[in-house]
Amino acid sequence: MSLSAHLPALQVVLPLLSAPLAVLLRHGGFACAVVTAGAWAAFAAAVGLWLQAGEVGVVSYHIGSWAPPWGIEYRVDRLASFVLLLVSGTAAIVLPYSRASIEREIPREQHYLYYAMFGLCLAGLLGITITGDAFNIFVFLEISSLSTYVLIALGRDRRALAAAYRYLIMGTIGATFIVIGIGFLYLMTGTLNLADMAERLRDVESSRAVLAALAFLTVGISLKLALFPLHQWLPNAYTHAPSAVTAFLAATATKVSVYVLIRFWYSVFGESLVYVELPLPRIMLLLSLAAMFAASFTAIFQDNLKRLFAYSSVGQIGYITLGLSFDSIDGLTASIVHLFNHGVTKAALFLLIGGMVIGLAKSGTVPPAPTFDRLAGLAKRMPLTCFGIVIAGLSLIGVPGTAGFVSKWYLIVAALEKEQFWLVGAILLSSLLAVAYVWRFVEVAYFKPAAEGTTRREAPLGLLIPAWLLVIATIWFGLDTSFTVGTAAEAAQQLVRVGK
Amino acid sequence: MELLAHFSHVVAVFLMVAGLYVVMARGNLIKKLVGLSVFQTSVYLLYIAPGKLIGGTAPILAPQYGLYSNPLPHVLILTAIVVGVATLALGLALAVRIREAYGSIEEDEIIAADNAAEEARP
Amino acid sequence: MTALHLAFLIPLLGALGIALAGRWPNLREGVTLATAALLFGTVLQLLEPVLAGARPELVLFELLPGLSIAFKVEPLGMLFGLIASGLWIVNSVYSIGYMRGNDEQHQTRFYVCFALSLASALAIAFAANLLTLFLFYEVLTLMTYPLVTHAGTDKARAGGRTYLAILMGTSILFLLPAVIYVWHVAGTTDFTAGGILPDGMDTGAVAVLLALFMFGTAKAALMPFHRWLPAAMVAPTPVSALLHAVAVVKAGVFSVVKIVVYVFGLDQLAGATDWLVAIAGFTIVAASVVALHADNLKRRLAYSTVSQLSYVILAAALLAPLSVIGAALHIAAHALGKITLFFAAGSIYTAAHKTEVSQLDGIGRRMPWTMAAFGIGALSMIGLPPAAGFISKWYLVSGAMSQGAWLALCVVLLSTLLNAAYFLPIVYRAFFRPLSADDEHHPHGEAPLPIVLALSFTAAGTLALFFFPDVPLALAQQLVKS
Repeated sequence: MSLSAHLPALQVVLPLLSAPLAVLLRHGGFACAVVTAGAWAAFAAAVGLWLQAGEVGVVSYHIGSWAPPWGIEYRVDRLASFVLLLVSGTAAIVLPYSRASIEREIPREQHYLYYAMFGLCLAGLLGITITGDAFNIFVFLEISSLSTYVLIALGRDRRALAAAYRYLIMGTIGATFIVIGIGFLYLMTGTLNLADMAERLRDVESSRAVLAALAFLTVGISLKLALFPLHQWLPNAYTHAPSAVTAFLAATATKVSVYVLIRFWYSVFGESLVYVELPLPRIMLLLSLAAMFAASFTAIFQDNLKRLFAYSSVGQIGYITLGLSFDSIDGLTASIVHLFNHGVTKAALFLLIGGMVIGLAKSGTVPPAPTFDRLAGLAKRMPLTCFGIVIAGLSLIGVPGTAGFVSKWYLIVAALEKEQFWLVGAILLSSLLAVAYVWRFVEVAYFKPAAEGTTRREAPLGLLIPAWLLVIATIWFGLDTSFTVGTAAEAAQQLVRVGK
Repeated sequence: MELLAHFSHVVAVFLMVAGLYVVMARGNLIKKLVGLSVFQTSVYLLYIAPGKLIGGTAPILAPQYGLYSNPLPHVLILTAIVVGVATLALGLALAVRIREAYGSIEEDEIIAADNAAEEARP
Repeated sequence: MTALHLAFLIPLLGALGIALAGRWPNLREGVTLATAALLFGTVLQLLEPVLAGARPELVLFELLPGLSIAFKVEPLGMLFGLIASGLWIVNSVYSIGYMRGNDEQHQTRFYVCFALSLASALAIAFAANLLTLFLFYEVLTLMTYPLVTHAGTDKARAGGRTYLAILMGTSILFLLPAVIYVWHVAGTTDFTAGGILPDGMDTGAVAVLLALFMFGTAKAALMPFHRWLPAAMVAPTPVSALLHAVAVVKAGVFSVVKIVVYVFGLDQLAGATDWLVAIAGFTIVAASVVALHADNLKRRLAYSTVSQLSYVILAAALLAPLSVIGAALHIAAHALGKITLFFAAGSIYTAAHKTEVSQLDGIGRRMPWTMAAFGIGALSMIGLPPAAGFISKWYLVSGAMSQGAWLALCVVLLSTLLNAAYFLPIVYRAFFRPLSADDEHHPHGEAPLPIVLALSFTAAGTLALFFFPDVPLALAQQLVKS
C-alpha cells in the first residue's frame, strides 16, 4: 500500500512519536527539531487528507485493518480535514517560534519537556479531530488536556500554576461529563463508532437516556470550549501560560472542542434531537449573546493585554456558537468559517504579544507581563509588532479586508435568513465593543508618549516572521475566501446531509 | 424496591454528586483532588455495572461457557482509570508546586496572595 | 495594464516611494508631487472613453462566492475621481508649504497616509458594487485616522476617537447590514442603472433600507451623525482641505447619490424620501446656524461643509433628474470652493497664527491673495455668480420646482441667506476693518509661495467651473440618462 493510503494514521502517529523521542534526546535543540519535524509532517499529511477528502468526500481508515464498527475508524470528512489543517498548520508555525520565545520564559533544562508536551498536545488535538470513535475522542481529549495543563504550568509567574490547577479541575469535570455522555450512548446503542451510533440512534427513538447523553455531552464540551459562563478557566490560563502556548491553545484547543460539539450534534444526534427535542438552540443563542457582550465588555477594562485578548476570545467563541444555534446551513458555515478565521487571527495576536514581551524585557531577564503602563509609545519602539496587532485587531472587529469580516458577513446572512433582525443588530453592536478594546491598545501604543530615550528595538526576527505569516494569512483569508468559505460551505452541506 | 433494582445507578449517582460537591465546596487543593477522583470513580461504576451479568464469566469461546460479561466496558474503563491516575498525579504535582510558590494549598489564601501582589505592583 | 489598473497602482507605489524616501524631504515631496501628477494624468485618460459612453471595468477577485472586488468607471465616479486626483496635486503643493512652514512632525507618515487615502477614495469612486464600496469606505476611515490624530495631543486623540467612533460605528451598525440585506433580497450588489432591488418590495422595507444607507454613510454628515466632521478639524489644514472638504466627505455624498441612483433607482424610491428631504433640510439650516455662531474659522468652515453636504443629499432625495444633475455638479463645485476656503484658513494660520474669526480685522490688506481667494470661495458657497456654486444651485432649484417641492425651495433660500450671513462678515472684516493695535506690532505678510499658489489656483478653478462647466455637466447628464 502506498503512503497516501496511510495518511490518516500518520497524521496522528508522527507527532505522537515525536514526543517520547524528544524526551529521550534530553536536549532542547534536538527536541525542537524532532517535534517541529513531526508537526510539519502532520501539516503535510493534513494537506494530503484535505485533498483526498475533496476527491472522495469521506476518507475512512481502519486502524489495524479491523473493520468498523468493531475496530477503531479514522474518518476524515470535509470538516475534519479543515480543522486538521488549522491545528497542524498552527503548530507548524508556533513550534519554530517557540525556539526563540521560550528561551526567556522557561528554564533551559526544561526545554525538551516543553517540546515533548507540545508534541503530545498536538497529537491529542489531531486525534480528537480525526477519530470516528466516541471513546477514542475521550482518550485523545485527555492526552491533549493533560499536556495542556503542563504547558500552562510552565509559565514563569506562580499564577500560572494556580491557573493550570484550576483548568485541570474544570477540564477534568468537563471530560468526565463527556465520558458519562458517551457511556449513555454506548448503553443505548451498543456501539462506539460515531457513524454506526448515529444510525442506531435513529431506531432508538428519543428516550430519556439519549437526551441525558446529549445534555451531558453538550455541557462537558461547552466547558472545554469555554462557552460563557463556563469560561472562568480561560482568562487566567491564557494570561499566565508561556506566549507560544497561549497562541497555540487560543488557535486550536477551544476550536477543536467546537469541532467535537458540531460532530456530536450533527453527525451523531442529528438535527431532530438537538434542535427539536431539547431547547438547546435557544440556550445556545442566549449564552452566545451573553458571551459576545459580557466577555467583550469585560475585555475593555483589562489591564493586561494578554488577558484582554483572552476575554476577547471568550466573546469570539460566542460568535461561533451563535452560528450553531441557527440550525441552518448558512449558520453552520458561519460557525466553521469563524472557527478557522478566529483561530488564525488569535494565533497571530498572541504570537505578536509574545514577541512584544521579549522585546520589552531587558536582555537576559524574564519578560514582564504586557500591562498597559508598559505599552506607552510602543509603536515607536516596535512598529512592526504594533502594526500587526492593529491588523489582527481589525480582524476581531470584522473590518472588511480581514478574515473576521468574512465570518461576520455569513453570520449576518444567516441571521437575515431566519429574519432575526434584532440579532443582526446585536452582532453588529457587539463588534463595536471590539472596536473599543482594540482601540485602547492603539491609543496607548501610538499616542502615549514613550519613556525618554527609547530607541527602535523590534522583537527578534525569529518571533516576528512566524507572527507576520499569520497576520498576512489574516488579510489573505479576508480577501481570497475560496479556500475558507469553500471548504466550510462544503463541510456544512455534508454535515447537514448526513444529519438529516 | 424500585430503588434497589437500580442499586448500581444509585451508588454511582451518589458518588458523582458527592465528588462534585467536594470539588466545589472545599478550598483545600488536595481535598478538591480527592473529590475529583471520587467523581471520576463514579463514572467507572456507571460503565462497568451494566456490562456485568450475574453468573457470567470472562468472554472465553468454549462450549461450557454460554454466559459471559461484556468485556468492552472493562477495557474502556481500564483506559479511563489510567487517565484518572495521570490526572490525579498531575494535580498533586501542581499542588506541590503551588505550595512551594505560595506557601499554602488553601484556595482563598492563594487568591488573597495574588490580590496582594497585584495591589503591590505600582 | 489598463488605465484603471494604474489608477490604483500609482498611489500605492507612490506611498511606498514616499516611505522609502522618508529620510530626504525634498525627494519625498518630489515623489508625492510626481505621484499626484501621474495619477491625475491616468484618471484623465479615462475621461474620454467614459464621455464617449464606454465603461472600463476591472475585476480583481472574488471575495465571497458571487461577490467580487470589482471596479467600473461610470460618469459619477469619473467626476469624483477627477476632482479627488486633480485637487491632490494642488493640495500637495499646498501641503509642502504648510507642513514646512509649521514644522510639523511625522511628515513621512503624513504623506504616506495621504497617498493611501487617495487610493481608497479612487477605489470608492470606481467601485462596481456595494461590497467594494463598503470595503474601501472602511479603509478610507482607517487611513485618515492617523491624519486626524496627527498632532498626537490629547485634543487630537479625543477628536480621533469621535471621528472613528461615529464613522466606524455607523458604518458597522447601519451600512453593513444594509449591504448584506441588499445582497440577501437582490442576490447581487452590482451598481446597475435603474436599481437592483426586486420589484414590488415592501415600501416599509425600502424606507428602512434607505434610512440604514443614509445614516450608515456618516461621511455624508447627515445630522445627527455629523459630529465627526468638526472633531476632525484638529488635523493639519491640508488634511481638512483635501480630505474633509473633498475626498472623505465627498466619498460620503457620492455614495449616497450612487446608492440612490444605482441601488434603489429613482423610480423605486418615489414617495419614500420625504423624510430624507426633511432631515437634509434640517441639517442644512441647523448646521448653518451653528456656523453662524462659531468663532473658530475652521469650525465655521466645518459646519458650512455639513450644511453643503446636505445640499447634495437633498438634491438626490428630490429624485428629479434635474436635481440629481445638481447633486453631481455640487460635488464638484463645493469641492473647489471649500478647498479654497480651507487653504485660506491654513494660510492665515501659517502666516499670522490666527485661528479665530474675531482676530481677522484688516488681515486682507496684509494677505490680499489669501483673502481674495477666500472671497471667491465664499461666493461659491452662497451660490452667487460668477462662482461654480451658482450652477449647481440652479439645477437644484430647477429640480425642486419641477417636483413642486416647496419645502426644499424654502430651505435653499433660507440657507443662502444664512451662508451670506456667516461668510460675508469675514470678508468685510478682513478688508474694511482697521488692524487691531496688537497686530500692528506683529508684522507678517502673505503665506509661503506654495500656499498662495495653491489657493489662487483653486479660486481660479472655482471661477472657471462657472464659465466652462461642460465636462462635469456632460458627466452628470450621462448619470441621469443611464
